[in-house]
Amino acid sequence: MNLNIFYHFGRFLLLVKQSLTRPENFRMYWNETMRQMNDIGIGSLVIVGLISLFIGAVTAVQFSYQLGDSFVPMYYIGYIVRDSTIIELAPTITCLVLAGKVGSNMAAEIGGMRQKEHIDAMEIMGVNTASYLFLPRLIAALFTIPLLVSLAAFIGVGGGYLASVPTGILSDADFVLGVRSFFEPYNVFIMYVKAFVFAFLLTSVSCYQGYFVKGGSIELGQASTNAVVFSDILILFFDFLIALLLT
Amino acid sequence: MIRADKIKKSFGSAEVLKGISVELEQGKNNLIIGRSGAGKTVFLKILVGLFMPTVGDVWYGDTNICQLNKKELKAIRREVGMLFQGNALFDSMTVEENVRFPLDMFSNMTRGEKQKRVDLCLEQVTLKGSNKKYPGEISGGMQKRVGIARAIVLNPKYLFCDEPNSGLDPKTSITIDELISDITKENNITTVINTHDMNSVMEIGDKIVFLHLGELAWIGSKDEVLESDNELLQDFIFASPFLQKLRNAALNR
Ligand SMILES: Nc1ncnc2c1ncn2[C@@H]1O[C@H](COP(=O)(O)OP(=O)(O)OP(=O)(O)O)[C@@H](O)[C@H]1O
Ligand SMILES: [Mg+2]
Repeated sequence: MNLNIFYHFGRFLLLVKQSLTRPENFRMYWNETMRQMNDIGIGSLVIVGLISLFIGAVTAVQFSYQLGDSFVPMYYIGYIVRDSTIIELAPTITCLVLAGKVGSNMAAEIGGMRQKEHIDAMEIMGVNTASYLFLPRLIAALFTIPLLVSLAAFIGVGGGYLASVPTGILSDADFVLGVRSFFEPYNVFIMYVKAFVFAFLLTSVSCYQGYFVKGGSIELGQASTNAVVFSDILILFFDFLIALLLT
Repeated sequence: MIRADKIKKSFGSAEVLKGISVELEQGKNNLIIGRSGAGKTVFLKILVGLFMPTVGDVWYGDTNICQLNKKELKAIRREVGMLFQGNALFDSMTVEENVRFPLDMFSNMTRGEKQKRVDLCLEQVTLKGSNKKYPGEISGGMQKRVGIARAIVLNPKYLFCDEPNSGLDPKTSITIDELISDITKENNITTVINTHDMNSVMEIGDKIVFLHLGELAWIGSKDEVLESDNELLQDFIFASPFLQKLRNAALNR
Protein backbone atom coordinates (compact mmCIF):
# COMPACT_ATOMS: atom_id res chain seq x y z
CA MET A 1 0.00 0.00 0.00
CA ASN A 2 2.80 2.40 0.94
CA LEU A 3 4.76 1.57 -2.18
CA ASN A 4 1.57 1.96 -4.10
CA ILE A 5 1.24 5.57 -3.04
CA PHE A 6 4.79 6.33 -4.19
CA TYR A 7 4.15 4.53 -7.46
CA HIS A 8 1.05 6.61 -8.17
CA PHE A 9 2.71 9.81 -7.08
CA GLY A 10 5.73 9.14 -9.27
CA ARG A 11 3.63 8.28 -12.28
CA PHE A 12 1.53 11.35 -11.64
CA LEU A 13 4.62 13.58 -11.61
CA LEU A 14 5.75 12.04 -14.89
CA LEU A 15 2.35 12.75 -16.39
CA VAL A 16 2.54 16.38 -15.27
CA LYS A 17 6.08 16.73 -16.58
CA GLN A 18 5.07 15.24 -19.90
CA SER A 19 2.10 17.55 -20.16
CA LEU A 20 4.09 20.72 -19.62
CA THR A 21 5.33 21.19 -23.16
CA ARG A 22 4.64 23.60 -25.91
CA PRO A 23 1.25 22.81 -27.47
CA GLU A 24 1.31 21.47 -31.01
CA ASN A 25 -1.33 23.93 -31.99
CA PHE A 26 -2.50 26.80 -29.82
CA ARG A 27 -5.84 27.12 -31.56
CA MET A 28 -6.80 23.50 -30.77
CA TYR A 29 -5.74 23.87 -27.15
CA TRP A 30 -7.63 27.13 -26.90
CA ASN A 31 -10.82 25.60 -28.31
CA GLU A 32 -10.53 22.68 -25.94
CA THR A 33 -9.96 25.03 -22.99
CA MET A 34 -13.05 27.02 -23.91
CA ARG A 35 -15.10 23.85 -24.18
CA GLN A 36 -13.92 22.75 -20.76
CA MET A 37 -14.62 26.15 -19.23
CA ASN A 38 -18.12 25.93 -20.52
CA ASP A 39 -18.54 22.40 -19.15
CA ILE A 40 -17.06 23.17 -15.75
CA GLY A 41 -18.30 26.72 -15.31
CA ILE A 42 -21.69 27.04 -16.95
CA GLY A 43 -22.41 23.37 -16.39
CA SER A 44 -22.00 23.69 -12.63
CA LEU A 45 -23.76 27.01 -12.03
CA VAL A 46 -27.09 25.55 -10.96
CA ILE A 47 -25.77 22.91 -8.60
CA VAL A 48 -23.23 25.26 -7.00
CA GLY A 49 -25.90 27.95 -6.66
CA LEU A 50 -28.41 25.63 -5.06
CA ILE A 51 -25.97 24.08 -2.65
CA SER A 52 -24.48 27.35 -1.46
CA LEU A 53 -27.95 28.82 -1.04
CA PHE A 54 -28.91 26.03 1.32
CA ILE A 55 -25.58 25.95 3.13
CA GLY A 56 -25.91 29.69 3.87
CA ALA A 57 -29.47 29.21 5.00
CA VAL A 58 -28.66 26.29 7.29
CA THR A 59 -25.72 28.14 8.82
CA ALA A 60 -27.93 31.11 9.63
CA VAL A 61 -30.75 29.05 11.14
CA GLN A 62 -28.52 26.79 13.17
CA PHE A 63 -26.37 29.60 14.46
CA SER A 64 -29.42 31.52 15.60
CA TYR A 65 -30.54 28.36 17.40
CA GLN A 66 -27.14 28.07 19.10
CA LEU A 67 -27.19 31.73 20.08
CA GLY A 68 -30.59 31.24 21.62
CA ASP A 69 -30.86 33.49 24.68
CA SER A 70 -27.12 34.00 25.05
CA PHE A 71 -25.47 37.37 25.42
CA VAL A 72 -24.10 37.29 21.89
CA PRO A 73 -25.93 39.92 19.86
CA MET A 74 -28.17 38.57 17.09
CA TYR A 75 -26.50 40.61 14.38
CA TYR A 76 -23.53 38.22 14.76
CA ILE A 77 -25.52 35.85 12.55
CA GLY A 78 -24.68 37.94 9.50
CA TYR A 79 -21.03 38.04 10.49
CA ILE A 80 -20.83 34.29 11.12
CA VAL A 81 -22.61 33.38 7.90
CA ARG A 82 -20.28 35.61 5.93
CA ASP A 83 -17.03 34.37 7.45
CA SER A 84 -17.83 30.68 7.63
CA THR A 85 -18.98 30.86 4.03
CA ILE A 86 -15.88 32.65 2.81
CA ILE A 87 -13.27 30.72 4.76
CA GLU A 88 -14.66 27.24 4.66
CA LEU A 89 -18.02 26.49 3.16
CA ALA A 90 -17.80 28.16 -0.24
CA PRO A 91 -14.40 26.77 -1.29
CA THR A 92 -14.57 23.39 0.40
CA ILE A 93 -18.16 22.36 -0.16
CA THR A 94 -18.14 23.71 -3.71
CA CYS A 95 -15.00 21.78 -4.57
CA LEU A 96 -16.22 18.59 -2.90
CA VAL A 97 -19.34 18.83 -5.02
CA LEU A 98 -17.32 19.64 -8.13
CA ALA A 99 -15.09 16.64 -7.49
CA GLY A 100 -18.25 14.57 -7.72
CA LYS A 101 -19.61 16.32 -10.75
CA VAL A 102 -16.64 17.51 -12.79
CA GLY A 103 -14.00 15.08 -11.52
CA SER A 104 -15.96 11.92 -12.16
CA ASN A 105 -16.90 13.25 -15.57
CA MET A 106 -13.26 13.95 -16.49
CA ALA A 107 -12.12 10.53 -15.33
CA ALA A 108 -14.89 8.79 -17.25
CA GLU A 109 -14.36 10.84 -20.40
CA ILE A 110 -10.58 10.39 -20.53
CA GLY A 111 -10.84 6.77 -19.40
CA GLY A 112 -13.33 6.07 -22.18
CA MET A 113 -10.93 7.62 -24.67
CA ARG A 114 -8.17 5.39 -23.37
CA GLN A 115 -10.31 2.26 -23.66
CA LYS A 116 -11.62 3.06 -27.11
CA GLU A 117 -8.02 3.67 -28.27
CA HIS A 118 -8.71 7.33 -28.96
CA ILE A 119 -5.63 8.22 -26.97
CA ASP A 120 -3.50 5.77 -28.96
CA ALA A 121 -4.94 7.17 -32.17
CA MET A 122 -3.93 10.68 -31.13
CA GLU A 123 -0.48 9.51 -30.08
CA ILE A 124 0.01 7.96 -33.51
CA MET A 125 -0.87 11.26 -35.13
CA GLY A 126 1.88 12.81 -33.03
CA VAL A 127 -0.30 14.55 -30.46
CA ASN A 128 1.11 14.83 -26.94
CA THR A 129 -1.98 13.39 -25.30
CA ALA A 130 -0.80 13.95 -21.75
CA SER A 131 -0.71 17.60 -22.60
CA TYR A 132 -3.77 17.85 -24.84
CA LEU A 133 -6.04 16.05 -22.40
CA PHE A 134 -4.70 17.56 -19.20
CA LEU A 135 -3.62 21.17 -19.75
CA PRO A 136 -6.89 22.56 -21.15
CA ARG A 137 -8.83 20.95 -18.33
CA LEU A 138 -6.42 22.24 -15.72
CA ILE A 139 -6.41 25.77 -17.07
CA ALA A 140 -10.18 25.79 -17.40
CA ALA A 141 -10.56 24.55 -13.84
CA LEU A 142 -8.04 27.00 -12.38
CA PHE A 143 -9.94 29.79 -14.06
CA THR A 144 -13.57 28.82 -13.53
CA ILE A 145 -13.54 27.12 -10.14
CA PRO A 146 -12.37 30.22 -8.22
CA LEU A 147 -15.14 32.11 -10.01
CA LEU A 148 -17.67 29.50 -8.97
CA VAL A 149 -16.38 29.70 -5.41
CA SER A 150 -16.77 33.49 -5.37
CA LEU A 151 -20.29 33.07 -6.60
CA ALA A 152 -20.94 30.44 -3.96
CA ALA A 153 -19.77 32.85 -1.28
CA PHE A 154 -22.20 35.55 -2.41
CA ILE A 155 -25.09 33.16 -2.77
CA GLY A 156 -24.29 31.63 0.62
CA VAL A 157 -24.61 34.98 2.31
CA GLY A 158 -27.80 35.54 0.33
CA GLY A 159 -29.10 32.20 1.57
CA GLY A 160 -28.34 33.24 5.13
CA TYR A 161 -30.31 36.42 4.56
CA LEU A 162 -33.30 34.62 3.04
CA ALA A 163 -33.41 32.13 5.87
CA SER A 164 -33.21 34.63 8.69
CA VAL A 165 -34.74 37.96 7.68
CA PRO A 166 -38.10 36.98 6.08
CA THR A 167 -38.60 34.38 8.81
CA GLY A 168 -38.19 37.03 11.49
CA ILE A 169 -35.11 35.62 13.18
CA LEU A 170 -33.51 39.01 12.89
CA SER A 171 -34.11 42.29 11.11
CA ASP A 172 -32.82 43.34 7.76
CA ALA A 173 -30.72 46.06 9.34
CA ASP A 174 -29.16 43.65 11.85
CA PHE A 175 -28.22 41.14 9.18
CA VAL A 176 -26.62 43.82 7.03
CA LEU A 177 -24.81 45.21 10.05
CA GLY A 178 -23.47 41.71 10.79
CA VAL A 179 -22.33 41.14 7.26
CA ARG A 180 -20.46 44.45 7.31
CA SER A 181 -18.79 43.91 10.69
CA PHE A 182 -15.22 42.74 11.35
CA PHE A 183 -14.45 42.19 7.68
CA GLU A 184 -10.96 40.75 7.05
CA PRO A 185 -9.82 40.88 3.40
CA TYR A 186 -7.27 38.23 4.38
CA ASN A 187 -10.11 35.69 4.63
CA VAL A 188 -10.93 36.27 1.00
CA PHE A 189 -7.31 35.54 0.22
CA ILE A 190 -7.62 32.23 2.10
CA MET A 191 -10.74 31.44 0.09
CA TYR A 192 -8.92 31.90 -3.21
CA VAL A 193 -5.89 29.93 -2.08
CA LYS A 194 -8.22 27.06 -1.27
CA ALA A 195 -10.13 27.42 -4.51
CA PHE A 196 -6.95 27.24 -6.61
CA VAL A 197 -5.43 24.37 -4.66
CA PHE A 198 -8.65 22.34 -4.68
CA ALA A 199 -9.19 23.01 -8.38
CA PHE A 200 -5.70 21.75 -9.12
CA LEU A 201 -6.22 18.68 -6.95
CA LEU A 202 -9.53 17.60 -8.35
CA THR A 203 -8.56 18.06 -12.00
CA SER A 204 -5.20 16.38 -11.76
CA VAL A 205 -6.44 13.46 -9.67
CA SER A 206 -9.36 12.90 -12.05
CA CYS A 207 -7.35 13.20 -15.26
CA TYR A 208 -4.74 10.89 -13.80
CA GLN A 209 -7.37 8.30 -12.91
CA GLY A 210 -8.83 8.44 -16.39
CA TYR A 211 -5.57 8.53 -18.31
CA PHE A 212 -4.25 5.27 -16.91
CA VAL A 213 -7.45 3.24 -17.03
CA LYS A 214 -7.09 -0.32 -18.23
CA GLY A 215 -9.60 -3.07 -18.79
CA GLY A 216 -13.30 -2.53 -19.30
CA SER A 217 -16.42 -0.90 -17.96
CA ILE A 218 -15.87 -2.07 -14.38
CA GLU A 219 -12.43 -0.44 -14.29
CA LEU A 220 -13.88 2.68 -15.88
CA GLY A 221 -16.48 2.85 -13.13
CA GLN A 222 -13.78 2.35 -10.53
CA ALA A 223 -11.63 5.08 -12.03
CA SER A 224 -14.55 7.44 -11.88
CA THR A 225 -15.26 6.54 -8.25
CA ASN A 226 -11.58 6.75 -7.34
CA ALA A 227 -11.39 10.18 -8.91
CA VAL A 228 -14.10 11.42 -6.56
CA VAL A 229 -12.91 9.61 -3.45
CA PHE A 230 -9.24 10.58 -3.78
CA SER A 231 -10.08 14.13 -4.78
CA ASP A 232 -12.33 14.48 -1.76
CA ILE A 233 -9.75 13.05 0.63
CA LEU A 234 -7.01 15.27 -0.75
CA ILE A 235 -9.25 18.32 -0.71
CA LEU A 236 -10.09 17.79 2.96
CA PHE A 237 -6.47 17.08 3.83
CA PHE A 238 -5.24 20.22 2.08
CA ASP A 239 -8.11 22.16 3.62
CA PHE A 240 -6.63 21.23 6.96
CA LEU A 241 -3.06 22.06 5.87
CA ILE A 242 -4.08 25.45 4.53
CA ALA A 243 -6.00 26.16 7.71
CA LEU A 244 -2.88 25.33 9.73
CA LEU A 245 -0.54 27.35 7.56
CA LEU A 246 -2.60 30.43 6.82
CA THR A 247 -4.48 31.14 10.05
CA MET B 1 11.12 0.59 -45.55
CA ILE B 2 10.60 -0.68 -42.03
CA ARG B 3 12.77 -3.35 -40.50
CA ALA B 4 11.87 -5.29 -37.38
CA ASP B 5 14.91 -6.81 -35.75
CA LYS B 6 14.53 -9.82 -33.44
CA ILE B 7 11.40 -8.49 -31.78
CA LYS B 8 10.32 -10.19 -28.59
CA LYS B 9 7.45 -9.08 -26.43
CA SER B 10 6.20 -10.45 -23.13
CA PHE B 11 3.30 -9.41 -20.98
CA GLY B 12 4.15 -10.61 -17.51
CA SER B 13 5.25 -14.21 -17.93
CA ALA B 14 3.46 -14.73 -21.24
CA GLU B 15 5.73 -14.37 -24.26
CA VAL B 16 3.52 -13.12 -27.08
CA LEU B 17 6.19 -12.49 -29.73
CA LYS B 18 9.18 -14.78 -29.80
CA GLY B 19 11.85 -13.10 -31.88
CA ILE B 20 10.56 -11.76 -35.18
CA SER B 21 12.81 -10.26 -37.85
CA VAL B 22 11.26 -9.02 -41.04
CA GLU B 23 11.56 -6.25 -43.62
CA LEU B 24 8.44 -4.41 -44.70
CA GLU B 25 8.92 -2.89 -48.10
CA GLN B 26 8.11 0.48 -49.58
CA GLY B 27 5.46 0.66 -52.30
CA LYS B 28 4.11 -2.73 -51.34
CA ASN B 29 1.20 -4.08 -49.36
CA ASN B 30 2.86 -5.92 -46.52
CA LEU B 31 0.35 -8.30 -44.99
CA ILE B 32 0.71 -9.75 -41.54
CA ILE B 33 -1.50 -12.79 -41.24
CA GLY B 34 -2.12 -15.33 -38.54
CA ARG B 35 -4.78 -16.90 -36.39
CA SER B 36 -6.62 -14.86 -33.81
CA GLY B 37 -4.26 -14.35 -30.88
CA ALA B 38 -1.12 -14.93 -32.96
CA GLY B 39 0.21 -11.54 -31.93
CA LYS B 40 -0.59 -9.47 -35.02
CA THR B 41 -1.98 -6.48 -33.18
CA VAL B 42 0.83 -6.53 -30.64
CA PHE B 43 3.37 -6.67 -33.47
CA LEU B 44 1.72 -3.77 -35.29
CA LYS B 45 1.64 -1.69 -32.12
CA ILE B 46 5.34 -2.37 -31.64
CA LEU B 47 6.02 -1.29 -35.22
CA VAL B 48 4.31 2.06 -34.61
CA GLY B 49 5.87 2.48 -31.18
CA LEU B 50 2.74 2.20 -29.05
CA PHE B 51 4.31 -0.77 -27.27
CA MET B 52 8.00 -1.10 -26.49
CA PRO B 53 9.43 -4.48 -27.46
CA THR B 54 10.91 -6.43 -24.56
CA VAL B 55 13.88 -7.21 -26.81
CA GLY B 56 14.71 -6.01 -30.31
CA ASP B 57 14.55 -2.88 -32.45
CA VAL B 58 12.36 -1.31 -35.10
CA TRP B 59 14.05 0.65 -37.86
CA TYR B 60 12.35 3.22 -40.08
CA GLY B 61 15.03 3.63 -42.75
CA ASP B 62 18.11 4.44 -40.69
CA THR B 63 16.21 5.48 -37.58
CA ASN B 64 15.77 3.12 -34.67
CA ILE B 65 12.44 4.19 -33.20
CA CYS B 66 12.98 2.26 -29.99
CA GLN B 67 15.86 4.61 -29.12
CA LEU B 68 14.07 7.89 -29.80
CA ASN B 69 12.98 10.37 -27.18
CA LYS B 70 9.42 11.66 -27.11
CA LYS B 71 10.13 14.59 -29.37
CA GLU B 72 11.87 12.62 -32.08
CA LEU B 73 9.16 9.99 -31.96
CA LYS B 74 6.55 12.70 -32.43
CA ALA B 75 8.36 13.94 -35.51
CA ILE B 76 8.31 10.47 -37.07
CA ARG B 77 4.67 10.05 -36.19
CA ARG B 78 3.70 12.90 -38.48
CA GLU B 79 4.57 10.48 -41.25
CA VAL B 80 2.51 7.62 -39.86
CA GLY B 81 -1.16 6.90 -40.44
CA MET B 82 -2.96 4.13 -38.64
CA LEU B 83 -6.33 2.44 -38.85
CA PHE B 84 -7.16 0.72 -35.56
CA GLN B 85 -8.87 -2.64 -35.19
CA GLY B 86 -11.74 -0.88 -33.41
CA ASN B 87 -11.56 2.23 -35.65
CA ALA B 88 -10.90 4.59 -32.71
CA LEU B 89 -12.99 7.32 -34.31
CA PHE B 90 -13.69 10.21 -31.95
CA ASP B 91 -17.36 9.64 -31.28
CA SER B 92 -18.25 13.16 -30.23
CA MET B 93 -17.01 14.53 -33.54
CA THR B 94 -18.62 14.27 -36.95
CA VAL B 95 -17.08 12.27 -39.78
CA GLU B 96 -15.67 15.44 -41.25
CA GLU B 97 -14.24 16.67 -37.94
CA ASN B 98 -12.61 13.29 -37.40
CA VAL B 99 -10.84 13.42 -40.73
CA ARG B 100 -9.92 17.05 -40.21
CA PHE B 101 -8.50 16.54 -36.73
CA PRO B 102 -4.90 15.79 -37.83
CA LEU B 103 -5.02 18.77 -40.17
CA ASP B 104 -6.32 21.05 -37.43
CA MET B 105 -3.56 19.86 -35.16
CA PHE B 106 -0.59 19.86 -37.50
CA SER B 107 -1.13 21.78 -40.71
CA ASN B 108 -0.94 25.46 -41.49
CA MET B 109 -3.64 25.20 -44.11
CA THR B 110 -6.45 27.69 -44.32
CA ARG B 111 -9.99 26.61 -43.58
CA GLY B 112 -10.79 26.25 -47.25
CA GLU B 113 -7.70 24.19 -48.00
CA LYS B 114 -8.48 21.87 -45.12
CA GLN B 115 -12.02 21.43 -46.31
CA LYS B 116 -10.76 20.57 -49.77
CA ARG B 117 -8.32 18.02 -48.42
CA VAL B 118 -10.99 16.44 -46.21
CA ASP B 119 -13.44 16.25 -49.08
CA LEU B 120 -10.80 14.72 -51.32
CA CYS B 121 -9.93 12.04 -48.75
CA LEU B 122 -13.58 11.23 -48.12
CA GLU B 123 -14.08 10.98 -51.85
CA GLN B 124 -11.13 8.62 -52.12
CA VAL B 125 -12.81 6.27 -49.68
CA THR B 126 -16.11 6.77 -51.53
CA LEU B 127 -17.81 8.44 -48.62
CA LYS B 128 -19.31 11.62 -49.92
CA GLY B 129 -22.41 12.98 -48.28
CA SER B 130 -21.79 11.61 -44.80
CA ASN B 131 -19.66 14.55 -43.70
CA LYS B 132 -21.98 15.74 -40.96
CA LYS B 133 -22.90 12.37 -39.51
CA TYR B 134 -21.50 11.01 -36.27
CA PRO B 135 -19.58 7.71 -36.15
CA GLY B 136 -22.47 6.14 -34.25
CA GLU B 137 -24.81 6.94 -37.12
CA ILE B 138 -22.92 5.15 -39.89
CA SER B 139 -22.30 1.48 -40.58
CA GLY B 140 -19.22 -0.47 -39.58
CA GLY B 141 -17.82 -0.49 -43.09
CA MET B 142 -18.31 3.24 -43.39
CA GLN B 143 -16.54 3.71 -40.06
CA LYS B 144 -13.56 1.75 -41.40
CA ARG B 145 -13.46 4.00 -44.41
CA VAL B 146 -13.59 7.12 -42.25
CA GLY B 147 -10.71 5.62 -40.27
CA ILE B 148 -8.75 5.17 -43.48
CA ALA B 149 -9.53 8.69 -44.61
CA ARG B 150 -8.28 10.02 -41.29
CA ALA B 151 -5.14 7.88 -41.53
CA ILE B 152 -4.20 9.21 -44.98
CA VAL B 153 -5.21 12.84 -44.59
CA LEU B 154 -1.67 13.99 -43.77
CA ASN B 155 -0.14 12.01 -46.66
CA PRO B 156 1.67 9.47 -44.49
CA LYS B 157 4.80 7.67 -45.64
CA TYR B 158 3.85 4.71 -43.50
CA LEU B 159 0.33 3.35 -43.31
CA PHE B 160 -0.75 0.74 -40.79
CA CYS B 161 -4.11 -0.99 -40.93
CA ASP B 162 -5.24 -3.39 -38.22
CA GLU B 163 -7.86 -5.66 -39.73
CA PRO B 164 -9.29 -3.20 -42.24
CA ASN B 165 -11.89 -5.71 -43.38
CA SER B 166 -12.95 -7.59 -40.30
CA GLY B 167 -16.71 -7.65 -39.97
CA LEU B 168 -17.35 -6.55 -43.53
CA ASP B 169 -19.09 -8.40 -46.33
CA PRO B 170 -16.74 -9.81 -49.00
CA LYS B 171 -17.66 -7.16 -51.55
CA THR B 172 -17.06 -4.16 -49.27
CA SER B 173 -13.99 -5.85 -47.96
CA ILE B 174 -12.51 -6.09 -51.45
CA THR B 175 -13.31 -2.43 -52.10
CA ILE B 176 -11.39 -1.49 -49.00
CA ASP B 177 -8.45 -3.69 -49.94
CA GLU B 178 -8.29 -2.13 -53.38
CA LEU B 179 -8.51 1.28 -51.86
CA ILE B 180 -5.59 0.68 -49.52
CA SER B 181 -3.60 -0.94 -52.28
CA ASP B 182 -4.22 1.98 -54.65
CA ILE B 183 -3.13 4.48 -52.02
CA THR B 184 0.01 2.45 -51.43
CA LYS B 185 0.98 2.26 -55.08
CA GLU B 186 0.03 5.81 -55.97
CA ASN B 187 2.04 7.38 -53.17
CA ASN B 188 4.73 4.71 -53.02
CA ILE B 189 4.33 4.35 -49.25
CA THR B 190 5.07 1.49 -46.90
CA THR B 191 1.81 -0.16 -45.94
CA VAL B 192 1.40 -2.81 -43.27
CA ILE B 193 -1.92 -4.61 -43.00
CA ASN B 194 -3.03 -7.07 -40.35
CA THR B 195 -5.60 -9.46 -41.64
CA HIS B 196 -7.02 -12.93 -41.56
CA ASP B 197 -9.05 -12.41 -44.67
CA MET B 198 -8.12 -14.84 -47.44
CA ASN B 199 -9.38 -12.62 -50.21
CA SER B 200 -6.99 -9.89 -49.15
CA VAL B 201 -4.12 -12.31 -48.99
CA MET B 202 -4.72 -13.53 -52.52
CA GLU B 203 -5.60 -10.13 -54.01
CA ILE B 204 -3.20 -7.60 -52.56
CA GLY B 205 -0.55 -9.63 -50.74
CA ASP B 206 2.68 -8.29 -52.24
CA LYS B 207 4.52 -9.49 -49.21
CA ILE B 208 2.96 -11.83 -46.71
CA VAL B 209 4.26 -12.41 -43.22
CA PHE B 210 2.66 -15.35 -41.47
CA LEU B 211 2.80 -15.36 -37.67
CA HIS B 212 1.99 -18.46 -35.72
CA LEU B 213 1.88 -18.44 -31.92
CA GLY B 214 4.20 -15.45 -31.82
CA GLU B 215 6.73 -16.89 -34.22
CA LEU B 216 7.48 -16.08 -37.81
CA ALA B 217 6.25 -19.15 -39.67
CA TRP B 218 6.46 -18.11 -43.32
CA ILE B 219 7.27 -15.16 -45.58
CA GLY B 220 6.38 -14.89 -49.26
CA SER B 221 4.10 -13.31 -51.80
CA LYS B 222 0.55 -14.15 -52.89
CA ASP B 223 1.92 -16.06 -55.87
CA GLU B 224 3.94 -18.31 -53.61
CA VAL B 225 1.10 -19.17 -51.25
CA LEU B 226 -0.39 -21.89 -53.44
CA GLU B 227 2.90 -23.67 -53.99
CA SER B 228 4.17 -23.40 -50.47
CA ASP B 229 4.50 -26.69 -48.65
CA ASN B 230 4.36 -25.04 -45.25
CA GLU B 231 1.66 -27.03 -43.52
CA LEU B 232 0.78 -24.39 -40.97
CA LEU B 233 0.25 -21.87 -43.76
CA GLN B 234 -1.81 -24.24 -45.89
CA ASP B 235 -3.85 -25.12 -42.86
CA PHE B 236 -4.43 -21.48 -42.07
CA ILE B 237 -5.23 -20.19 -45.54
CA PHE B 238 -7.19 -23.12 -46.86
CA ALA B 239 -9.01 -23.73 -43.63
CA SER B 240 -12.28 -25.14 -44.97
CA PRO B 241 -12.85 -28.22 -47.12
CA PHE B 242 -14.34 -25.92 -49.72
CA LEU B 243 -11.17 -23.85 -50.00
CA GLN B 244 -9.05 -27.00 -50.04
CA LYS B 245 -11.01 -28.24 -53.03
CA LEU B 246 -10.46 -24.94 -54.76
CA ARG B 247 -6.76 -25.11 -54.10
CA ASN B 248 -6.48 -28.62 -55.44
CA ALA B 249 -8.42 -27.66 -58.52
CA ALA B 250 -6.11 -24.71 -59.08
CA LEU B 251 -3.01 -26.81 -58.61
CA ASN B 252 -4.18 -29.58 -60.95
CA ARG B 253 -5.03 -27.23 -63.72
N1 LIG C 1 -2.04 -5.31 -23.37
C1 LIG C 1 -1.90 -6.65 -23.24
N2 LIG C 1 -1.62 -7.21 -22.05
C2 LIG C 1 -1.46 -8.53 -21.91
N3 LIG C 1 -1.58 -9.41 -22.91
C3 LIG C 1 -1.86 -8.94 -24.12
C4 LIG C 1 -2.04 -7.54 -24.36
N4 LIG C 1 -2.31 -7.35 -25.67
C5 LIG C 1 -2.31 -8.58 -26.22
N5 LIG C 1 -2.03 -9.53 -25.31
C6 LIG C 1 -1.92 -10.97 -25.58
O1 LIG C 1 -1.14 -11.15 -26.72
C7 LIG C 1 -1.65 -12.19 -27.55
C8 LIG C 1 -1.76 -11.71 -28.97
O2 LIG C 1 -2.76 -10.73 -29.06
P1 LIG C 1 -3.05 -9.89 -30.36
O3 LIG C 1 -4.06 -8.88 -30.03
O4 LIG C 1 -1.78 -9.42 -30.93
O5 LIG C 1 -3.68 -10.98 -31.30
P2 LIG C 1 -4.11 -10.80 -32.81
O6 LIG C 1 -3.20 -11.66 -33.62
O7 LIG C 1 -4.18 -9.38 -33.17
O8 LIG C 1 -5.55 -11.46 -32.80
P3 LIG C 1 -6.89 -10.99 -33.56
O9 LIG C 1 -6.78 -11.53 -34.95
O10 LIG C 1 -7.94 -11.69 -32.80
O11 LIG C 1 -6.97 -9.51 -33.49
C9 LIG C 1 -2.97 -12.62 -26.94
O12 LIG C 1 -2.77 -13.86 -26.32
C10 LIG C 1 -3.27 -11.58 -25.91
O13 LIG C 1 -3.83 -12.18 -24.77
MG1 LIG D 1 -5.68 -8.03 -33.61
